[in-house]
Amino acid sequence: MEHLQFQFPGSSDRQQDKPAVLVGVVSSGNLEVLIEMAALGGGSQIHVSTKASGFAEIWEAVITDFATRHDLANLMISINDGGSTPAVVSLRLDQAMQEFLGMPS
Amino acid sequence: MTDYSQQYRGHSYYEASARQRIALLLDSESFEELLGPADRLTSPHLEPLGQPCSFDDGIVIGRGRIDGRPVLVASQEGGFMGGAVGEVHGAKLTGLLELALSEKPAAVILMLESGGVRLHEANAGLIAISEIIRAVLSAREAGVPVLGLIGGAYGCFGGMGIVARCCDSLIINEEGRLGLSGPDVIETTMGVEEFDASDRALVWRTVGGKHRYLLGEVQCLVEDDIAAFRAAAIENISMPVSLTLEVLEQEQLDLTRRLQNFGKCQDGIDVWQSMGIETPAMLPLLNIRDFLQIVAAQAKDNDEG
Amino acid sequence: MKVEPLLHELFPAGHSVSVKANLMSGYGTAGQGKVAVLGTTGHLAVSAEVALALADFVLSVVRENPGIPILMLVDTQGQKLSKADELLGLNGYLAHLVKCLDLARRRGHRLITLVYDEAVSGGFLSFGLMADEIHALPDAQISVMNLPAMSRITKLPLEMLQELSAKSPSFAPGVDNFYKLGGVLSIWRPQLAKHLEAALKRQPCGDHRRDDGLERMGRKLAARVSRLVSATKPKTV
Repeated sequence: MEHLQFQFPGSSDRQQDKPAVLVGVVSSGNLEVLIEMAALGGGSQIHVSTKASGFAEIWEAVITDFATRHDLANLMISINDGGSTPAVVSLRLDQAMQEFLGMPS
Repeated sequence: MTDYSQQYRGHSYYEASARQRIALLLDSESFEELLGPADRLTSPHLEPLGQPCSFDDGIVIGRGRIDGRPVLVASQEGGFMGGAVGEVHGAKLTGLLELALSEKPAAVILMLESGGVRLHEANAGLIAISEIIRAVLSAREAGVPVLGLIGGAYGCFGGMGIVARCCDSLIINEEGRLGLSGPDVIETTMGVEEFDASDRALVWRTVGGKHRYLLGEVQCLVEDDIAAFRAAAIENISMPVSLTLEVLEQEQLDLTRRLQNFGKCQDGIDVWQSMGIETPAMLPLLNIRDFLQIVAAQAKDNDEG
Repeated sequence: MKVEPLLHELFPAGHSVSVKANLMSGYGTAGQGKVAVLGTTGHLAVSAEVALALADFVLSVVRENPGIPILMLVDTQGQKLSKADELLGLNGYLAHLVKCLDLARRRGHRLITLVYDEAVSGGFLSFGLMADEIHALPDAQISVMNLPAMSRITKLPLEMLQELSAKSPSFAPGVDNFYKLGGVLSIWRPQLAKHLEAALKRQPCGDHRRDDGLERMGRKLAARVSRLVSATKPKTV
């Protein structure tokens, strides 16, 4: 098992307070993504706990790509991963963001 | 009585996640989760064994409404470790049943999908299931009906199979399985001649929804549609069963008779044949509506005969 | 420990417990009066037939001997593993036994368990674990499953499981582990009759196994988590 952490500097400063959102299931080849608001001065943190070790670089690439596609200001994103492919990780992250943005403030 | 309104129809119970089942079973937007993922009450026993956690430890619990009536609800996520019960998972469920003692909801609805004790936390899981059993029976004693719903890929086995049969009533689809030791466990310990777990048709004739319905192990057999589960749940809330001496003496008679009649059977087909079903081999192939019609007709014949 | 010496030690004043096909039932005389005794010997596997026999005795005690304590003596290798029992709905038979014991409890019968040899999984769940108090002899063997079988099913290496066994009581077979988790209330060393008398005098007070597990540091989360849920304030509309 491996624990990884990624941080991105602040862009905007998201003000609205949205409730936490969870997407996905920690089964084989799948993952859960939890998105919560956090006081991060406009920045964001992504925590990953993954069953498979040795893929830090791939996680970095997938997550950096995700961070460029979305405004992650003041978001803490936590992942429990049961050994997913990069494509599934990307998909789940996008699904989680979509659900998070759809929530009323 | 039935609520087949458009918004609820057309979602497979079998395919749905634990969370999706709750969202579609209960009245729209009525669910309020307790001890949700943001609370991070995860299992401390998994990391040492290289197993990732789940933020809700594989069970979603909370309050909601069904047909306007307040209920407490729990839904096990089979995808996470087969829905198996660990320390935290079990405590969430026991706590929910104990909440029923003070809140007195119209019912506690348990969406059961579990292999039983989570081996990674075996001892804690076994004691937890015993605590769940006591809590189900306490809730019933306090006048709160406990309904069980079964219908996912992982079935309801192990100690949770005992919990299931402590409920007032059980609702199952054809895809659902209910038993004690899973077919694979029996094959591994007793050999493939005893039980060929790869023979899917045999498995479903032994522990599947239709057979359990015929045996009287479950009260309702429904289509694999969350709307159908919802309608059955609404109806069953009003039909609690008090566990009196008379009721249990009757159950003792029924189970004794079942053992006498079917104790030598090795296959569901033998059981159904003994029940007087004329073409037992057909039963697994029928859709739910036709199946229920044939079974009702047979029961009528048995009564009149 | 063999059944006859066990019964003699538990009931020095005498008993009428008989054993047939590894099933025990009858009555013993304790200081406070008659005690119903039921249980298993010979590591009996709990099948549909066994569950029915045990339940039958429990129901007869409820009918004919209102309010007397019930002592459960446990020696089982677990649930019966057979297709025929699964076909019949073995989980339903075990649930029936559990419901009969709970009925007895609600009717004022004190339920006490003594694990005197093996107690495994579903077999243990179906009667012994339903008691108000669960006790064990020091050399009793309580388990969910043996480590090699756990290793096969979880696909985790046996060495990893053995290593974890040394560190965590949550997991490996053993009376001491179950004690730490609150699953066993106490371990009875001679003299058994004194322990039984003391247990018979105590009033049942709900299922406090989680609190015991917390106090003994074997189950640190269960009590807290369940209380967080059950103490939830009602929603104000």
